[in-house]
Amino acid sequence: MKTTLTLSALTTALLLSACGDGSQTATQAHGADPKLPEPQRGLLPSMTIADPAGWDGDKPTVPEGYRISAIATDLQIPRQTLVLPNGDILVAEGRGGNAPKLKPKDVIAGYIKAKGTTSVKSGNRLTLLRDADGDGRYELNQVFAKDLNAPYGLAFHDGALYVANQDALVRFDYQEGQTEASGPPVKVTDLPSEINHHWTKALTVSPDGRFLYVGIGSNSNITERGMEAEVDRAMIWQIDAETGAHRPYATGVRNPTALAIQPGSDQLWAVANERDELGPDLVPDYLTSVQDGGFYGWPYSYWGQNVDDRVRPQKPDLVASAIKPDYALGSHVAALGLDFSEPAMGERFADGVFIGEHGSWNRENPVGYKVVFVRFENGRPSGEPVDFVTGFRSEDGKTRGRPVGVTVDPRGALIVADDLSNTIWRVTPAR
Amino acid sequence: MTATTPHVYRSTPNPLHATLLAGTVPLFLGALLSDIAYFRSYQIQWSNFSSWLIAGGLVFCGLALLFALAGLVRAAHEKGRALLYLALLLATWVLGFVNALEHAKDAWATMPLGLVLSVIVTLLACAATWVGLGQARAGGAA
Repeated sequence: MKTTLTLSALTTALLLSACGDGSQTATQAHGADPKLPEPQRGLLPSMTIADPAGWDGDKPTVPEGYRISAIATDLQIPRQTLVLPNGDILVAEGRGGNAPKLKPKDVIAGYIKAKGTTSVKSGNRLTLLRDADGDGRYELNQVFAKDLNAPYGLAFHDGALYVANQDALVRFDYQEGQTEASGPPVKVTDLPSEINHHWTKALTVSPDGRFLYVGIGSNSNITERGMEAEVDRAMIWQIDAETGAHRPYATGVRNPTALAIQPGSDQLWAVANERDELGPDLVPDYLTSVQDGGFYGWPYSYWGQNVDDRVRPQKPDLVASAIKPDYALGSHVAALGLDFSEPAMGERFADGVFIGEHGSWNRENPVGYKVVFVRFENGRPSGEPVDFVTGFRSEDGKTRGRPVGVTVDPRGALIVADDLSNTIWRVTPAR
Repeated sequence: MTATTPHVYRSTPNPLHATLLAGTVPLFLGALLSDIAYFRSYQIQWSNFSSWLIAGGLVFCGLALLFALAGLVRAAHEKGRALLYLALLLATWVLGFVNALEHAKDAWATMPLGLVLSVIVTLLACAATWVGLGQARAGGAA
């Protein structure tokens, strides 16, 4: 009997240690040199899953001097958007991934996490929105292309419209003013799609149109599906637009969810989502300029040389070469959207990037669930991120929307895709 | 008539109870062996096997617990032994559950605590089965 008592006391202690992070706050380390705590993980990962509720005519909050309106609703899971030269907006809609459930954990966690997302069926299509008279109302809303496979990344260069499906990069020929694709797309190249734990394929095109950059996320949180599943994963590919030939441009990027080219410097930038289950303030999601041939740590280390002990075998040589990202956005914020601003966005937000943060699950005190602006100085991020669109989580703990892609319309508007309320929001300076 | 019939104490676990109880041993032992294989090879599939074997062990162990509880309530003579059996089985289940949570961590994060717990749970399952099935012999005498 005594043994039993000791054992149950031990169990109680273990269970108590699982509910450990009450001291955390909503503020996190940001910027170039974030202070990182020691990794921690109780018996249960801390989780706060979004509890969806409708907007009921309400709207997200924008800074003084800006207006926001919904320009399209009832979409089929909008993720990323693209502003075409004539001002038309294309929306990629869908849900991907076909990762099998390998452990009892996958069954349970999958069920819980699904509660924080939309129940709408995957659109697998592109929708075109048009505001012909420039009154801010996008009166034309029609399907541009359908029968795609979880389209996500979008890019346009000189008559070629590129779409990154979850399994292939495809191209449509586009003529200005077109409201519907003239035919099925041409495949540029296949993309890694086995398992597709992280299925989103981020996309951008080089300014000269020669190369496409595709972000390919890892096939696990931290190699729990085995190293064999990680071939051609957690990297950014450079693809020749003409031939479809590819090479890894940067590796060790756990989940590069959005890519953008910096105007002027033509430098490639990315936002990436880092690993979970190391505590509420690890590991920061980041914004970084992407170095050709650079290795960014995953899975062996994070934020430079911080070794992740959950990976076996370890690779000390590779860890030594890992690059520190440029700018920490905060842990678990789930950055999914990135675009460089334009002077037309107004003086305060003219030089920098907008970042869509889908919001956390692996944290007791939720973070993200907003669009932030990171100011640039001399071509580099500087200072703290500033809130740009907020109010996606209301004070009663309900979540009314979750931002994904953000796109700057050079005419002076920020387009935000919201994949929980299936809405496209448009933020403009009030003139 | 019925009032004077001596109370029949059923000391032998019925076949279902016995199957559930004895089944915990190979399930938890299988998990232990899978853990050892993962520990030595870093091959993640062993860790997946281990997680499911532990889940199976918890189902068998949990159902056997219900029988053990009923056995304790009905036990006329060997209260002490029935209580010991229940306690061992309960400890097996509780630590088995903790082990299941430990195995829900990603990749090598399950190690080494997952392996240590698997050893303890397997030993507890063996002890519970020994005491549980041993009741047959000790039962009638006292």
